[in-house]
Amino acid sequence: MLIKQAPDIRSSEITPERLYYNRRQFIHAASGAALGAAGAAVLGQPAGELQAAPQEDLGELRPSQFSTDERQNSYEEITSYNNFYEFGLDKEDPKRYADDLTVKPWTVRVEGHMNRPAADYALEDILSPHTLEERIYRLRCVEAWSMVVPWVGFPLRDLIQRFEPTSRARFVRFETLYRPSEFRGQRARNLQYPYVEGLRMDEALNPLALLSVGIYGKTLLNQNGAPIRLVVPWKYGFKSIKSIVKIEFVEDQPRNTWNVAIPHEYGFYANVNPDVDHPRWSQAMERRIGNFFRQRTQRFNGYGYQVARMYDGMDLARNY
Amino acid sequence: MATASWIPRVKPFVFLACLIPALLLGWDAFTGGLGVNPIEDITHRTGDWALRFLLVTLAVTPLRRLAGWNGLVRFRRMVGLFAFFYAVLHFSTYLVFDHFFDLLLIIDDVAERKYVTAGFVGFVLMIPLAVTSTQGWIRRLGRRWTALHRLVYASAVAGVVHFLWLVKIDIGEPLIYAVILALLLGARLAHRYRGHGGAVRTGATGAARS
Repeated sequence: MLIKQAPDIRSSEITPERLYYNRRQFIHAASGAALGAAGAAVLGQPAGELQAAPQEDLGELRPSQFSTDERQNSYEEITSYNNFYEFGLDKEDPKRYADDLTVKPWTVRVEGHMNRPAADYALEDILSPHTLEERIYRLRCVEAWSMVVPWVGFPLRDLIQRFEPTSRARFVRFETLYRPSEFRGQRARNLQYPYVEGLRMDEALNPLALLSVGIYGKTLLNQNGAPIRLVVPWKYGFKSIKSIVKIEFVEDQPRNTWNVAIPHEYGFYANVNPDVDHPRWSQAMERRIGNFFRQRTQRFNGYGYQVARMYDGMDLARNY
Repeated sequence: MATASWIPRVKPFVFLACLIPALLLGWDAFTGGLGVNPIEDITHRTGDWALRFLLVTLAVTPLRRLAGWNGLVRFRRMVGLFAFFYAVLHFSTYLVFDHFFDLLLIIDDVAERKYVTAGFVGFVLMIPLAVTSTQGWIRRLGRRWTALHRLVYASAVAGVVHFLWLVKIDIGEPLIYAVILALLLGARLAHRYRGHGGAVRTGATGAARS
């Protein structure tokens, strides 16, 4: 039997001695930060005033063994170049029109096959039990560019376990806010909205799947999917759905938006794979934003040691 | 010709105007105005301008016929060469920055990626047109020059198809180019069917070089 092992532990994954000896204090601070963030979300704004995502400091964050030590992209790069078709087709549009969106108040509907009651949960209630950590992940867009982003968030699996999905829940389905009055892309109907994404239950429970509320220690800006978004680092960026308003435990594989739009080009799985080209361009290489030349793309975006076994026996060329 | 006397005086200004997109690109490159993904920005901008100049070149003959601005034809070669100039910048960006002379990767790309194939075809078709754009070649090739330069239609179609095939879902912009190209080519067909075809086929008149 083949036993798969993670590569040797990297220096970046070793907890510094100082942190190790102060770990209780550290975890305390981090959980305080999570509560603080949730509290600030309630108290930080004048009552009744709707605002675009203000920048709040998320405090000290627990580091993660899953973080990469590659050079991080700058805050400027991460917040001014990305796809968020709700704001428009150009990669400058999300930043340009970010202020159109109000993210307070924010509720997330959780429903489907689960033991907990289906309900609209205030964002603060979604976040409050969780400890925020920093996860420095590679992000690979299906368009063959990539970045390294220091996300702040908590494992999706922790949230899923809270809601106790039943055995009928085989997939998790996510939905982005549908509000054409604030999303010009939805008014233009450049895709079918609301934007939908999904994960198989085992993918959703993988420790790498993250619900993110921040970047570089601060709350997310609207252009990056405020106030809460998914980050699935071994899949192409479009799987990491932004500005989530609904999480549903379902029996059937959800039809994700890009798959509906162009089925033969965008599949459900969308695992980063240099050997399976997009029908119209190669996925063998990528341009890391900030680098002059392209670099080779890694299988599962370099996270194979953590996720590859979930796809054992699957034909990844067919399940693209 | 009396009408032609203003042309040499205007030409330098048109030349400079055609250079503006390249100058802006250079300016942005030095002042950090190319954004977060500069190479993508250079690629898109040079590609856009190659296509735009190609369409302007193709607009000369219909405008001349419709509006009777015969002097326009004296600018056609220059505008056409600017289309080639921006296409060379576009292709060089791809060659140097995108693939850094990795020939195997480029061959694979051109062969496998249909939008790259289309773009490559459009570019290669422009090369003989640029080479034979001199007075000497026009004389040497005579009537065959006209036939050869009809390749510009194929090049423009390839360019528009290249654009249409590379976008993810936002076909709005390439469609605008497609519609303009269809109008420009349609104007030529209409001209032909209205009984001017003989002249085009024999190359007997100046109007043949369209």
